[in-house]
Amino acid sequence: MSELLNSIDTRFIIESLIKIVIVFVIGLLSPLSMNWIERRLLALIQNRLGPNRVGPYGLFQSLADGIKFLFKEDIVPLAANRWLYTMAPVVAVVAAFMVGIVYPFGDKITLPYIGETTLYVTRFNVSLLYVLAMTSLAIYGIVLAGWGSNSKYSLLGGLRSSAQMISYELSLSLALIGAIIQAGSLDLVKIVQQQSGWGGFGWFVFFFQPLGFLIYLISAIAETNRVPFDLPEAETELVGGFHTEYSSSLKFAMLFMAEYVNMLTVSILATVVFLGGWNGPWAEGRPLLGLLYFFLKVGFFMFLYIWLRGTLPRFRYDQLMNFGWKVLLPLALLNIVISAVIGVIVY
Amino acid sequence: MNMIPETISFEQIIFLGLASLAVVAAFNLILQRNPIYSALSLIVTLCVTAALFVLLSAPFIAAIQIIVYAGAIMVLFVFVIMLLNIREEESRTDRQRYLKWLAPPLFLALVGQVFFVIRYVQSTPPIIPSPTDPNIHPAQSLGSAESIANSLFTEYVLPFEMTSVLILMAIVGSMLLARRGGKEEIERIEQALTADQPRAEEADRMELVGKE
Repeated sequence: MSELLNSIDTRFIIESLIKIVIVFVIGLLSPLSMNWIERRLLALIQNRLGPNRVGPYGLFQSLADGIKFLFKEDIVPLAANRWLYTMAPVVAVVAAFMVGIVYPFGDKITLPYIGETTLYVTRFNVSLLYVLAMTSLAIYGIVLAGWGSNSKYSLLGGLRSSAQMISYELSLSLALIGAIIQAGSLDLVKIVQQQSGWGGFGWFVFFFQPLGFLIYLISAIAETNRVPFDLPEAETELVGGFHTEYSSSLKFAMLFMAEYVNMLTVSILATVVFLGGWNGPWAEGRPLLGLLYFFLKVGFFMFLYIWLRGTLPRFRYDQLMNFGWKVLLPLALLNIVISAVIGVIVY
Repeated sequence: MNMIPETISFEQIIFLGLASLAVVAAFNLILQRNPIYSALSLIVTLCVTAALFVLLSAPFIAAIQIIVYAGAIMVLFVFVIMLLNIREEESRTDRQRYLKWLAPPLFLALVGQVFFVIRYVQSTPPIIPSPTDPNIHPAQSLGSAESIANSLFTEYVLPFEMTSVLILMAIVGSMLLARRGGKEEIERIEQALTADQPRAEEADRMELVGKE
């Protein structure tokens, strides 16, 4: 038994646990803060005031909503499949948070009292594939929520979302392949390190991957079911889509949280793969500045989500499918061919 | 041959937990009457198997396992079950009575295979460079993306390309089967989907006929 205990690296475990808690808290806080920013910005775009009563500038509105979610009566529809109805939000939220362990916020950092540590929980040689695997599992949350509710609106929302996510996942992954060819690695940390040239501006979006970036951006918005691709929860057709039967309780909060954490994940992936992660001017050897660059870039993508929501109307369903299969997919394949040719010539 | 080691490592505890979960989920897959529960059990089994691949230091296969099987193929299974709204499996046991006689020999063959693999592995312990070892080129280690690509595009390139042709044929075949009706039919559907909608008049609208 003592051998078993000796084989455990205590420092490693404690360090990892602390990092996991930090990433988890970031994951928990991002829906709260994003929700407030989203509502304020949408109000600004639409010439309204937005939430402004709870706390200064309505800052605590999301917190108040969260407390409401916690204490509201939890209603399970009689006709629903009780087990799946309860499991679906759990699946969604677990799949969303699982990605957190490979977020590469930065490289190494030296902290007082602790010493050198890394700004990610873990890294392994296929972490990019791990992210894709977890986001592909996220579909089940929505699909099961739609089916388990046993309501026609929910079912239609669930079916739509599974069809949409399968279609756009393809072009999303294919768009990433171009960058993978260029980086020569599937490790997120290594991909960022490859982009450190040109005074911190060796980002893949500038060098041979603008097309890949565009395809990724569009597919990512469709993958996270956001405007203009929010067909699974189109209010005008499907009431609330897959979460129609979730009565603003904790389960709804979990689905809601999963959606925002997924947005965070695709934003981080876009930052890491195309926008050079923590790289930027003078960021070499300054991890804190790198961290700032990283969050600025992620913040830009989150802002883009809100901006699009305030600006664009929703696609029609056949347009969505046509666009995904007949425009994005061939373009993504073309991008792979271009990247491969350049890869052979340059490297 | 000592099957039970005296000291048990951390890795073995994790392995035993995952393996028993996989077996339980696999049993649940067979025993469930509701097809959607069966599909979900299969997803659990696939994910746990992926975790076992990670323990065998093959993270690439683990990721591909989840992306392809759990994330794509099983989504389509669940999609079809939901679309056709199959609630309970109809009892068709009387029609498949001959399967009962097929099961024992197949089971024995499987058990035999498992024992053969166990014996083979124990008699020749393979020396495999792990992908986490920095001194070894990734193409030489087991389970890394590089080594799989290496053997896929050199040693096994013919079977690999033949499989792709086979899949292409399957795609074309399914398109042919799904494409009922001629060109006019498709045009009519496209018209109905797009052009006619904004020009609809009151006479074109649907009317409720029947009760109420």
